[in-house]
Amino acid sequence: MRERKKRQDGLTRRALLKGTVGAAAVTLHGGAPSPQASAAQDARAQSPPGAPSRQGRPPNELGTRSPAEQPKRLPSPTSSRTPLQDLHGTITPSDLHFERHHGGVAVIDRQSYRLLVHGMVDRPMTFTLDDLKRFPAASRICFLECSGNFVRTNGEKTTPQALCGLTSQSEWTGVRLTTILREVGARPQASWFLAEGQDAAQMTRSIPLKDVLEEAMIAYAQNGEALRPEQGYPARLLLPGFEGNSNVKWLRRLELADQPFMTREETSRYTEPLAEGSARQFSLVMDARSIITWPSYPQTVRPGWLEIRGLAWSGRGRIQRVEISTDRGGTWKAAELQGPVLPKAHTRFRLLWRWDGMPTEILSRAIDETGYVQPEWPALQAVRGRRTRYHLNPITGWMVGADGRVLFGIGRVSA
Amino acid sequence: MRNGPQRHRDTEVTKIWRSLCLCVSVACGIAAAAQTPERFGIGQPAPPELIAALDIDVRPDGTGLPPGRGTAREGAQVYARHCAACHGAKGEGGSADSLVGPEPKGMAPFGPAYEQWRSGRPDVSFTIGNYWPYATTIFDYVRRAMPPPAPESLTADETYSVVAWLLAQNGIIGEDTVMSAETLPKVVMPARSRFVRDDRKGGRTIR
Ligand code: HEC
Repeated sequence: MRERKKRQDGLTRRALLKGTVGAAAVTLHGGAPSPQASAAQDARAQSPPGAPSRQGRPPNELGTRSPAEQPKRLPSPTSSRTPLQDLHGTITPSDLHFERHHGGVAVIDRQSYRLLVHGMVDRPMTFTLDDLKRFPAASRICFLECSGNFVRTNGEKTTPQALCGLTSQSEWTGVRLTTILREVGARPQASWFLAEGQDAAQMTRSIPLKDVLEEAMIAYAQNGEALRPEQGYPARLLLPGFEGNSNVKWLRRLELADQPFMTREETSRYTEPLAEGSARQFSLVMDARSIITWPSYPQTVRPGWLEIRGLAWSGRGRIQRVEISTDRGGTWKAAELQGPVLPKAHTRFRLLWRWDGMPTEILSRAIDETGYVQPEWPALQAVRGRRTRYHLNPITGWMVGADGRVLFGIGRVSA
Repeated sequence: MRNGPQRHRDTEVTKIWRSLCLCVSVACGIAAAAQTPERFGIGQPAPPELIAALDIDVRPDGTGLPPGRGTAREGAQVYARHCAACHGAKGEGGSADSLVGPEPKGMAPFGPAYEQWRSGRPDVSFTIGNYWPYATTIFDYVRRAMPPPAPESLTADETYSVVAWLLAQNGIIGEDTVMSAETLPKVVMPARSRFVRDDRKGGRTIR
């Protein structure tokens, strides 16, 4: 007993000493440490395993992340990407949900906010946020993905976040579109509607009614709380499985019509020039896709047992199977899917793998309930041609070197 | 838009719509469904002035275009003053997208014919001249979103004239062709016939 206690004391002293040296170094280099840095130091100073925390702060109003766990989005001038490699399970914390907008984050006054619904309806109406909340509510979990979600400009030094961080998953709550359409008396001839945002871009998209009637909603809450401004506060359109841009944020107006409006975002943008010379329009559904989020660049692995982890999703329904290859596509094995597997939702997959230390490439491919198999890059290029920027969902992989370093398999998706 | 398949689509929508309405009325017949009335009486009738103020969209058939007129000659000044800083003096692009680029003439900037035409040359950009299918979209977009610091700040005449300038620079109309609610929807854009509806539908085929 005494012997052990002594050893523990020794460990404590050594560790404490190390902590002190570390703290001194920080102070030397950085001047006065930031509150965050000193919190991290405190944590380090108390690091012997199992040592009780000193008396902590009393309860407060808002929780915080551990100073040691600070996942961040990756911003560019027009978007900010979810750190897929840092997340577990299937839900994206709301403050890490990706952002993409065309006129900055809109600031909308809650009091004056109105949703106008008009066009081919019997009763043109406006709804306040409180009105929307008074209707029967519906909730659902689904992914939202930008159709431009494929960036590989950093070559083999591409992280999952940089490659396809424009996808996130939340539980959304709101009022069903059909509830609103009944309220305004939508006419049977109405086959499309225009959804318009209140942002500086006054974002507009035409939506085919038939394709969304069963699932569309006007969402005012995300993961249990009011929408965040970045996600369209006070309310946004939610079209499960449809490309992010069509899920119009800061929703101000719905206009029912018998034809599409041909806005800039469904003609000049968000259309796909194809190899044979035509341009595909109203390509709204997101095809099935998967990505291994661990191991991935810039991690290093050691030989032995590894659990390969990742996400798969399809805008056409449930993920049926995810297959993993650990030999550059030679053979494929079904991964385990985390249940419940929801339609049009990020699905977590996992597969145990014993890495023998030999260089290889690991790949994943998603198969959805329609039988669609996530394609190889050359197959996708053959039909889409060189100049398409949207809906690129090829199989991607990670190169594992003999030294254990993991790099993005850029060769697999190069022209 | 109003061709055969579109009609077909409409009747399908009508069917779904009817079945949804039917669900509600059938549900009304059983006790529990007393909570699902046809209407809840929530919301306010929309004032016509509010609809008029917000309904700024323009459709391919010209619905939504305001009174007014303009030519490319008049639009040159509007463009130089309000647009050139970001889109380049001649619409060639700058910090923002290039708007002018009629090349490759009679072709799209993609597809087999283009690949042959290009053979080794650098790619051309996608522009109003070679990719936009409807002239009405230019009016709609410029009015709602351009210039970014002050959308909807141009008058209707200024907007018609800057749209005319963009069309003329792209070789689609002449310098003195008047653009108005009557003429703009009649402009036939070079890329109009390129656009097809999405034919992906899941399953084994990669499209
Ligand atoms: C302050 C810079 C700026 C000014 C000034 C400006 N634009 Fe733009 N414009 C942009 C940006 C940025 C975009 C792209 C916006 C996006 O993608 O959401 C754009 C996009 C466009 C587009 C769509 C291009 C495409 O290929 O889809 C058109 C058309 C356009 N602008 C016309 C105009 C006109 C006409 C004016 C003058 C009345 C103007 N712009 C003034 C920055 C500017």
